[in-house]
Amino acid sequence: MTKVLVDGKEIDVPPEYTLLQACEQAGAEIPRFCFHERLSIAGNCRMCLIEVKGGPPKPQASCAMSVRDLRPGPNGEPPAMFTNTPMVKKAREGVMEFLLINHPLDCPICDQGGECDLQDQAMAFGVDSSRYGENKRAVEDKYIGPLVKTSMNRCIHCTRCVRFTAEVAGTGDMGAIGRGEDMEITTYLESAMTSELQGNIADLCPVGALLPAPQSFRARSWELQKTQTIDVMDAVGSAIRVDTRGREVMRILPRVNEAVNEEWISDKTRQIVDGLKTQRLDRPYLRENGKLRPATWQEAFAAIAAKVKATPPARIGAIAGDLASVEEIFALKSLMESIGSPNVDGRQDGARLDPKLGRASYIFNATIAGIEDADALLIVGSNPRREAAVLNARIRKRFLRGAFPIGLIGEAADLTYAAQYLGAGPETLADVAAGKGFGDIFSKAKKPLVIVGQGALAREDGAAILALAARLGARDGWNGLCVLHTAAARVGALDLGFTPGAGGLDASAMAKGGVDVLFNLGADEIQIAPGPFVIYQGSHGDAGAHRADVILPGAAYTEKSGTWVNTEGRVQLGDRAAFPPGAAREDWAILRALSEAIGHKLPFDSLNALRVALYRAHPMFALVDAIPESPALDMAFLSTASPGKAAFANAVGDFYLTNPIARASAVMAQCSALARGRARQAAE
Amino acid sequence: MSVRRLAENQPATFAFTPENEAWAAREIAKYPPGRQASAIIPLLWRAQAQHDYWLPKPAIEKVAEMLGMPYIRALEIATFYSMFNLEPVGKYFVQLCGTTPCMLRGSGDIAKVCGDRIGPQRKVSADGNFAWLEVECLGACCNAPMVQINDDYYEDLTPESFGKLLDDLAAGRPVRKGSQTGRVSSEPEPGKGPTLLDPALYDGSLVGAFNQRVAESVAAAAAAAAQAKK
Repeated sequence: MTKVLVDGKEIDVPPEYTLLQACEQAGAEIPRFCFHERLSIAGNCRMCLIEVKGGPPKPQASCAMSVRDLRPGPNGEPPAMFTNTPMVKKAREGVMEFLLINHPLDCPICDQGGECDLQDQAMAFGVDSSRYGENKRAVEDKYIGPLVKTSMNRCIHCTRCVRFTAEVAGTGDMGAIGRGEDMEITTYLESAMTSELQGNIADLCPVGALLPAPQSFRARSWELQKTQTIDVMDAVGSAIRVDTRGREVMRILPRVNEAVNEEWISDKTRQIVDGLKTQRLDRPYLRENGKLRPATWQEAFAAIAAKVKATPPARIGAIAGDLASVEEIFALKSLMESIGSPNVDGRQDGARLDPKLGRASYIFNATIAGIEDADALLIVGSNPRREAAVLNARIRKRFLRGAFPIGLIGEAADLTYAAQYLGAGPETLADVAAGKGFGDIFSKAKKPLVIVGQGALAREDGAAILALAARLGARDGWNGLCVLHTAAARVGALDLGFTPGAGGLDASAMAKGGVDVLFNLGADEIQIAPGPFVIYQGSHGDAGAHRADVILPGAAYTEKSGTWVNTEGRVQLGDRAAFPPGAAREDWAILRALSEAIGHKLPFDSLNALRVALYRAHPMFALVDAIPESPALDMAFLSTASPGKAAFANAVGDFYLTNPIARASAVMAQCSALARGRARQAAE
Repeated sequence: MSVRRLAENQPATFAFTPENEAWAAREIAKYPPGRQASAIIPLLWRAQAQHDYWLPKPAIEKVAEMLGMPYIRALEIATFYSMFNLEPVGKYFVQLCGTTPCMLRGSGDIAKVCGDRIGPQRKVSADGNFAWLEVECLGACCNAPMVQINDDYYEDLTPESFGKLLDDLAAGRPVRKGSQTGRVSSEPEPGKGPTLLDPALYDGSLVGAFNQRVAESVAAAAAAAAQAKK
């Protein structure tokens, strides 16, 4: 620790701290544009100038100098920094004046207005008038993809976007061409960016040069209602903020959660917004003579009640989909128990994960933050870049620190970091387990990770592969088995034990016609054979609704308060930001109403009562924002069968179209088409 | 300087000649593993030399691929340095120094010859032989005015000698590199002024001579002004 004086106040800071961090710790505010905690230091905006005693006798860029560079005074006085002297004030005014020379004064028509760093800092640290009489610089706007709109006159060349795509996203999409006055920020010849995290550069941009294109000219930041909630597009459970105006969701932004998403979110999480408005189920439907017709809730319930009462419990089943919250799965499970049916399944993809093996057998045991402590990684049957883009950025962060061998078994892919491609199928995994080739490096690792994707688990030999991976990742006091889920609902369903009971059928058996009445809670990715009477409850008119005989309109994730458990087993609570459209209702309430109609009334009348019952049955769900402790994985119970030979196929083919909300979004469709075009070009 | 963009008409492909390919491999091998990107400037420079002194898009992409870097990183370099020509520059690319010493020694006249003979800056002449550009100091001030044509300097130019130089180049006749007046490198012009060997420099007789000359000229000017007033 080093003693320094900040504005006369003495503080102790680690010597590797930058002056800016030291000032912040002392409570002094330093304006900045180019500096960002999670990016490398550029030191090119000069806004963070401060006065230093014990360093060069000129204003210093505080972001680019560290405390250990300062010398003590002649009598051993600690180095001193000043953030409120006339020199600092003049320096800030000067920098601000230069920045504003070429920055257009178009705040009234700029979407960034109201949440603009430049605007705020010009108010706080600038002067009130301009001395610049000449023409301002004009720069052509660039096309950089469908998600980010550019207005390059406004660019102040902080290069945050360039550093983000190069460092965090790892695609190196953005760059600065030309130099001096003619420097321009752009992609290579105005091609679309290729990263799944590209939307974040609009958040990083301190001015209005990069703005989210789909939201352009739609809303002002101060008229939006902000709700903090949880994302369900993948199993990472990113912390998000949903901004609404009236009943309409206007945009989705990331929140900081160091343990999960740091402060990034994927493009699917961010730009799903228009999908929340299209293809919505806003009233119940009933199939009559092969055609769906709008119906009332009473008609729909009556039709279901008639069917359920006429069917023996063993011929009734329920499948929970990928976006369902713990509350509604719990309600559905209670309902099925009350009916007396063992046919329930929350794994529509057929993943061979079994809650009976213990929680440690189906979660990302090392935790997302734990990736940074790992010293070797084996990816099995997964493409984390598509299945969990934000988590992939964390792997890349670890990779950039070096000494991190990464092996990949499954489909070869560009993961934004160098991964050694080992092979395509279980045989390669067995070789690694036997210590051959990469396995030799891997066996020496003290904290290895084995990321197992759903592509390796949702197959006949899934249990054998899981067992192989679990043994490979096990060390003393370290469980390196990391199951990477793709569905936000999956871990919650497994925690609830929403899997077939004694003699029960699993999802694929039910879908193939093993039951006569099938309750489908938002499972759109499973093909249901003709035959069963299907009750579909969900928010969007997707594959599930097309196959349904009765449709019960539910709420999307932004429209209900619910619990989701992410892939690392973290219990997180989402909040309601808007209301479901039309006659649609929150899902637990629909199930409660339905239970009464079919004569198996559920014992809760409010969400609170439901949660009381839930927490009583499963106390772990009360540990919000934490990962409940789970007993160590007992290898003895794992499968000892040897896996098959078929190559692994990834669970997520098209990153942009994985769920009904995404498939309803025009923006996602556009991104998907672009990505397909790129893939085709690469294949040629 | 102004905004620089890639040329509109681009060749479809670019490939290094086998010799240049081998040279590039040696160049890349100079850097430790993972640091191959450091070889970007030599490689782009060689690509440009191979491709009529301008850098086409396929060459930028080829070099980026060879060094395992995103295309945009290579484009950044190519657009940053004015030594990389992004558009065709004819068979002979004339870079005319227009900085102060050359300007004082008549680079304006040379620029006029360029304008008359070749046309506007950055445009290849009708015969495809020449393009010209006024650049900042090329560091041959002793021999001002001067131009750089492709890799060579041509110095001590007059409009006449420069015109002849262009004629000779266009006709394919041999030309003299360096000074066009016949002096060797930057030694004094024959018979002109005191040189560093002039003994007067060292006997103290020149101390204060400049101030004295200035004082005399000021006094003379004052006297002339007084005369005019009368």
